[in-house]
Amino acid sequence: MAKLWGSFRMSYPSWSIEEGTQVLSSLKNVQGPVLIALQAIQERFGYVHDEAVSLIAETFNVSRADVHGVLTYYHDLRTTPSPVRLIQICVAEACQAVGSRDLVAAVEKKLGKKIDQSYADVEIKSAYCFGNCALGPAAMVDGQLMGRASVEKITA
Amino acid sequence: MSTVVYIPNDSAAISIGADQVAALVAQEAVKRSLKVTIVRNGTRGALWLETLIEVSTPQGRIAYGPVQPEDVSSLFDADFLNGGAHPLALGLTDQIAWFAGQDRVTYRRVGIIDPLSLKDYEAHGGLVGLRKAVKQSGADIVAEVTASGLRGRGGAGFPAGIKWKTVLDAKADQKYVCCNADEGDSGTFADRILIEADPFTLIEGMAIAAVAVGATEGFVYLRSEYPTAIKRLCDAIDIAKSAGVIGSSVLGSAHAFNLEVRVGAGSYVCGEETAMLESLEGKRGVIRSKPPLPAIAGLFGKPTIINNVLTLASVPAILADGAGAYAARGTGRSLGTQVFQLAGNIARGGIIETAFGITLETLVKTFGGGTLSGKPLRAIQIGGPLGAYFNSSQLNVSMDYESLAAAGGMLGHGGVVLFDDNVDLAQQAKFAMEFCALESCGKCTPCRLGSTRGAETIEKIISGVDVPANKLLLLDLCEVMTDGSLCAMGGLTPLPVKSAMNNFPEDFTGGAKK
Repeated sequence: MAKLWGSFRMSYPSWSIEEGTQVLSSLKNVQGPVLIALQAIQERFGYVHDEAVSLIAETFNVSRADVHGVLTYYHDLRTTPSPVRLIQICVAEACQAVGSRDLVAAVEKKLGKKIDQSYADVEIKSAYCFGNCALGPAAMVDGQLMGRASVEKITA
Repeated sequence: MSTVVYIPNDSAAISIGADQVAALVAQEAVKRSLKVTIVRNGTRGALWLETLIEVSTPQGRIAYGPVQPEDVSSLFDADFLNGGAHPLALGLTDQIAWFAGQDRVTYRRVGIIDPLSLKDYEAHGGLVGLRKAVKQSGADIVAEVTASGLRGRGGAGFPAGIKWKTVLDAKADQKYVCCNADEGDSGTFADRILIEADPFTLIEGMAIAAVAVGATEGFVYLRSEYPTAIKRLCDAIDIAKSAGVIGSSVLGSAHAFNLEVRVGAGSYVCGEETAMLESLEGKRGVIRSKPPLPAIAGLFGKPTIINNVLTLASVPAILADGAGAYAARGTGRSLGTQVFQLAGNIARGGIIETAFGITLETLVKTFGGGTLSGKPLRAIQIGGPLGAYFNSSQLNVSMDYESLAAAGGMLGHGGVVLFDDNVDLAQQAKFAMEFCALESCGKCTPCRLGSTRGAETIEKIISGVDVPANKLLLLDLCEVMTDGSLCAMGGLTPLPVKSAMNNFPEDFTGGAKK
C-alpha cells in the first residue's frame, strides 16, 4: 500500500479527475479503502476536492454518503485548498502547563489571524499533542516539529 | 581510528536542534582533520539533556549535554572525542543518576542502538525472544506471557495473556494482530520514542503475538502527528521483511506474518480500541459496543489481538528473560515495569522506566526536579486528558494500577504532567469537557451533548453564576456521563473534572481566585 505520512508541502498540483484516478488505482487491493483513499488524495492535492468524493465512491463501490461521512469525521482531512504556510500549535494539557494559551494569543496577534480559521496564505491550527510534551510548548511549522516554541521562533 | 559519536535523531531532539548539532559536528571534524563516525541513535529519554551527544570511549559512552549548535566548536577545543573536560560534560552516561536510578526492560535498547540497524539490534539481545517463540507452541507462548503478569499498557490494564488466550482459542480462517500506536494523550510520548528509537522491538513483539495465536496479518495504527515515527517504522518493516524476520516465513519457520502501517487522521477517540478497528476498516472512528470482544470478532469481524505499543514491545524481553524475571518486578497485581513519561512544566522531563510502586514524589522530585519555571508545583495530571488532577499534598501515592485507582485516579498510559501555581483548575476542568466535545465520536448522548453542557456549566461556575447549584448540576452530569457512555471518552472525562473539584475546591468558588 501507499505509505502516507501527511507531510506538509508548500505547494500542490491542482485537482484533476485524471490524476485523482491514478492516485486511487494503486489502492485497488486495500481492504477497507475509504480513509486511505481520502488520505492519498489529500497527500497529492493538499485537500479533498468535491469531485473526489464521487470518484472514490465509484472506484470502491461504496455510497457517496459513506465517503462524505468519513471525510467529515477526521480532523486531518480538509475540503479547502491547503494554505501556503501551516502553523500548528499544541493546545493540550502538557503544553498548556508551559504557556501554550499565551503562545496562541501572541501568534494570532503577530500574524493578524484567528486560530482554526481558513486562510489562503497562513493558517494557525490547534493541535492536540505531537508527543513533544517534555519540551513544550510544541508547534509544527510547515511540517517541522518545534520544541520550546516561541512567537519569535514560529514566525521567524 | 575513527571515533564513534552518538547524536539522536529522535523528533523531540531534532525539534530543539539535534540535526544542526550533528551537521556541525561533521563539519568541524572535517575542518580539524579528525575521523568521526556519527551514529544517529534514538533519544536515551533524558529530553531535558537534549541534544545529548555521547562519545564512545574504552571506558564506555561519555555524555555531553544539553548541547546547543554554538557549543560544538568548544567541545572540539576541549577534546571531547577523548572524553575531555567541558562545562557540558556529564561523565559516563550509565552513571548519570537520572539513568542509573531506572530499570529499563522494555526500553533496554532505546537510545543505545542505531534504530534501523538489525545487526545492532541483534548485538543487543534483539530477536532472542522471537527465536524462542517460533520453536514453541502457541499455548506455551501465551502461558509465558500470562505468567509474566503483563497488563495492557494503553491504560485499561487488562491482562495481555488472557486476551491472547481468547484469540488463540477462537477458531477462524483469519486472525489479526493490531498495535494501537494512536498515542493521543497529552503528556505521553513513550510509544513515539520506542518506535523512533527501537522499532524492531515492536515488530518482534507483534511477530511473537502473531506466532502465538496463529495470526498472519498485522497492522500498526500510528497517528499522523508522528511523521518521523511513521517513516522509521515503515523503513524498519521493510528491513525486517528483507531479512526474513517477518513476511512469508517468520525466521525460517512455517509461520507467515505480514505487517503494515496505517496512519491515523487526527481523531483522539480512535485510540479507543473499537474505534481504532473502525478506522482501520476505513470508516468513521465510531466506537462499537462490546460484546462481541475484539478478541472474538475484531478487525473485519475476525479474532484480533489489540495491544498498545508498550505492551507488545515488552513481550520480546519477557520471552528472552523468562516470565519470572519480569514478574519479579513491581507490586501487587501491577507486575513488571512501567515506562513513565514526565511532561509539562518540568525541569527534567523525559522517560523513566521503573518497576511499579515508585512514589509520585520520587518521580516528580528526584527524577523530574520539580517545575521548569521554578515556581511551586500545584497540580499533577496523571494518565492523560482522562486522568485525574492531584494536588501537591498527594505526592506519596504509589504509582501502580490499584493504588492510583484507590486514590481516585488512573495510571492510563503513564503520562505525568506537572503544572505550577499559574494553573487554574476550573479552566482545566472546562478544557476536559471541551476536548470531549471536540473528540466525541457522537455515539452516546451523555458524551456527545453532556460534554458541551459540562463546559457551559463550568463557565457559569467560573463567572460566579449560581455557583452551588451549578456545582451540583455538574456532579450530576458527571454521573450521567460516567454511567451512560460506552467507552472511556465520555466515561472518564468526569475524572479530571471531579478530581479538580475535589482536590482544588478553592478554584471553583466563582471567579474569586486571583
